[in-house]
Amino acid sequence: MGKRIVLVEDEPNIIEAISFILSREGWEVTACANGETAAATVRKAQPDVVLLDVMLPGRSGYEILKDLRADPDFSQLPVLMLTARGQRKDRELAAALGVTRFMTKPFANAELVAALAELAG
Amino acid sequence: MTSNLLIFVSLIYVAFLFAVAFGADKWARAGRGAWLRAPIIYTLSLSIYCTAWTFYGAVGYAARSGLEFVTIYLGPTLVMVGWWWILRKLVRIGRAQRITSVADLISSRYGKSNLLGVIVTALAVIGTTPYIALQLQSVTLSLAVFSAEEEAHGLVSGGAPATALWVAAGLAVFTVMFGTRNLDVNERHHGVVTAIAVEAVVKLVALLAVGIFVVWGLAGGPGQVAATIDASPISAWDIQPGRWVSLTFLSAAAFLTLPRMFQVLVVENVDEKQLATASWAFPLYLFLMSLFVIPIAAVGLSRLPEGANPDLFVLTVPLAEGRDGLAMLSFLGGFSSATSMVIVASIALSTMVSNHIVMPIWLSLRQGGAAMSGDVRNIVLLARRVSIGVVLGFGYLYYRLSGGGAALAAIGLISFTGIVQVLPAMLGGLFWRGATRTGAAAGLIVGFAIWVYALFLPSFGTGVFSPEIMANGPFGIGWLRPQAFFGITGLDPVVHALIWSLLFNAAFFFVFSLVSFPSPLERLQGAQFVNVFEHSSSAQGWARGAVEAEDLLIMAQRIMGGDAAQALFRAQAAAQGKSGYLPDTTPEFLERLERELSGSVGAATAHAMVGQIVGGAAVSVEDLMAVADETQQMLEYSSQLEEKSEELSRTARQLREANDKLTQISIQKDAFLSQISHELRTPMTSIRSFSEILRDAPLDGVAQSSYAGIIQDEAVRLTRLLDDLLDLSVLEAGQVSLNIQRARLGAVLDRAIAAVGNEGGMEIRRDRAREDIEIETDTDRLAQVFINLVANARKYCDADKPRLTIWVSRKAGRTVVDFVDNGPGIPEGSLPMIFEKFWRLSDHQKAGGAGLGLAISREIMDKLGGAIAYLPGQGGAAFRVTLPEG
Repeated sequence: MGKRIVLVEDEPNIIEAISFILSREGWEVTACANGETAAATVRKAQPDVVLLDVMLPGRSGYEILKDLRADPDFSQLPVLMLTARGQRKDRELAAALGVTRFMTKPFANAELVAALAELAG
Repeated sequence: MTSNLLIFVSLIYVAFLFAVAFGADKWARAGRGAWLRAPIIYTLSLSIYCTAWTFYGAVGYAARSGLEFVTIYLGPTLVMVGWWWILRKLVRIGRAQRITSVADLISSRYGKSNLLGVIVTALAVIGTTPYIALQLQSVTLSLAVFSAEEEAHGLVSGGAPATALWVAAGLAVFTVMFGTRNLDVNERHHGVVTAIAVEAVVKLVALLAVGIFVVWGLAGGPGQVAATIDASPISAWDIQPGRWVSLTFLSAAAFLTLPRMFQVLVVENVDEKQLATASWAFPLYLFLMSLFVIPIAAVGLSRLPEGANPDLFVLTVPLAEGRDGLAMLSFLGGFSSATSMVIVASIALSTMVSNHIVMPIWLSLRQGGAAMSGDVRNIVLLARRVSIGVVLGFGYLYYRLSGGGAALAAIGLISFTGIVQVLPAMLGGLFWRGATRTGAAAGLIVGFAIWVYALFLPSFGTGVFSPEIMANGPFGIGWLRPQAFFGITGLDPVVHALIWSLLFNAAFFFVFSLVSFPSPLERLQGAQFVNVFEHSSSAQGWARGAVEAEDLLIMAQRIMGGDAAQALFRAQAAAQGKSGYLPDTTPEFLERLERELSGSVGAATAHAMVGQIVGGAAVSVEDLMAVADETQQMLEYSSQLEEKSEELSRTARQLREANDKLTQISIQKDAFLSQISHELRTPMTSIRSFSEILRDAPLDGVAQSSYAGIIQDEAVRLTRLLDDLLDLSVLEAGQVSLNIQRARLGAVLDRAIAAVGNEGGMEIRRDRAREDIEIETDTDRLAQVFINLVANARKYCDADKPRLTIWVSRKAGRTVVDFVDNGPGIPEGSLPMIFEKFWRLSDHQKAGGAGLGLAISREIMDKLGGAIAYLPGQGGAAFRVTLPEG
């Protein structure tokens, strides 16, 4: 049985690319393009790992992360944050909010897959 | 007539003066001395200007130099008549500041500087010493005239020096007895002044009697006298204009600055109104004194043997005619002139010496400062008495050293020139607030030094300066010759010394005043002196007034504030069983008031203020108000300082704001960079990811072409973003070059709509007739703005039948183009943001751009001289483009 992942990302092309790569590796991918519904999607999908963009319409990736960590069910859920703003303070903010891993766009497909596999155990 | 008789008469006369002085003091103390303040007494006391020098010397002067003696009377007359306003100011300041001497005046004006007090005191002592010597000499000479007659009869009295010593000692005793009997805060001596007035009458009567005797008794009437004058050498005398003007000025200045004149003019003045009388009565007195000078001189020259001392004609003419009684009267006149001058001068000098030299030394020796007690009082009196002795001792010494030979008038002029050095500092202090202590000290020292060098020391003859120095200057320096500075020869020594000393004095005073900075106390005193008429009224007299509780209340209100002062006074009145605000001024009340005031102004000031109002009104209430007003000015000054510091903190705030703004801009710049990073990385992410997918694994044809298409789209998006960024940075930096050309507005709109294309099938409504306007601008840039607006409408207008209306009209003289669609419009909360960079409505799929379109459009319209704005409340999104003028 493949690992489950929720992909929170608003760029349709990036959703398509990541979905393609992960499906190829046997992942079960649930995509969510809206910050408002992200938490609900996670709750419903019960994924092994969450891939989270920062700049989202509705709620930012940080806020979603905060909500997840505040929920005891998801306080330990591995979350990989993926952002196009690779500045140090973004990284620090994410770390402070309890992110599991942080990656910057653009990424190498193999690297992303390896990182997610590691997080999902 | 024997000298014993003469001495006996002199002693009787002195005893009579004692009685007058004693009586006057007693009356004054008993408060019955109103007549003592009569203007005529004041005027007569001014006659100490006419010393033995003028009594005897004027005749000698006339016999030697003709009418030149008139300058000595002319100067004071000019002052009394023409400069009465200076005198009035001096008198007013003297009262307001409780001035005790000319040294005190200068010291007080320049911030109570004791250094200046010492300088002026030294100047006065050294300048007055020859003058006192002159008086001793004249008394000695006059006595010698009588004893010479005696010698012929075989009766020999002591030598001249011994006589002078006795006279000096006698005068010292008289002065000590009447000048220092009590320590009056105001330094007023009613007894002495009255005695001097009596002496003034004696000398006037004596001189007039001799004159009348000479004119009508000897010469046989005015006509004969005129003939005698014509025949005498006096008529051959020519006026020397330079010397005439110089001497007139000298005597005028000396009238103001001589310590003894200051004593009677200012210190002994009890009422400003006395000045009004004196301004005509004193010139009249001088006129009478000078009336018979020329006749006596002429008749003396014609009747007495060759070689007779013309300085003594007033005595020798009656004696030669056997009129012993008249000679006696004449002697008493001369005696009066000498004694009155010496008495007043030594009182004035002793006040200065004790106040400015002895007391400061004594106080500094006594560690811990002085508690004003009877002990101190005795010390002051002792200091004054010793000072009087010392001053007269100096006079005697000078008399002995100078050999007693020089003509009387010459000694007088030397003395005048010395003391006149005070003039610049005095007048400057009265009329120029910019005068400073440094300036006054520099001027005084320089003037004094020049006087000593050019006039005083040479007056001792060859004893001090060798003929070599007088002829060639010290060390052979020619331009330093004592009586020919800078090689200018031919000037009279007195005129020479007067001009150079006063010139340098005034110049140093002025320049050093300009370059030095006065202390606060100097400023205060300067204002008090220069503006004395503004804050003091001519209070009538110095009589002790009843203590006015009202005065105290007015003062207390100024200091404590109205409510607090009234409350205090009412409470005190109630405690005394009175109603209202004015309690009796009991010691308990005064003590309480003083304690209250000291909280505001300090204990010393409070004590002084209450003491001065209660203690004989020595300082008028108005003066105290002036002090309060000055304090007010100080407060204003400090509030100006506060304003300055507010201004500084305002500047600091502005700097802080500017700094905040810079920080803000820096934050915005970071945000901008972060935003750009995001905008670039997002398409890059798709491109990289899909290119890796394409590289790694073989895909079916459909997927392959789809993914390659995505890569292409994202590459185009990236390129457009870079173009926009570049465009914006060029526009923002103002480096854009506009390509102005003429075109029809409709044509530009056509071009823009065509460039956007019409994929979504949006209806575009236009009124082509209205668009038929010729415009002159950069049409490519304008088209870029239109493209943005049309493209935005197409992107964001999600109505079922999307429609864009383009409407051209004129508003306020300008052509405007409105773009209104029927979509949802822009939420009101977002309106302030829409022209900012990277702002866009959230939906990325539709947006496609980087969010730079409106920002670029705004920059373009700015550059073209037009505008773009959002029009709220039009149903859908509505933008208005205002075209540039023309």
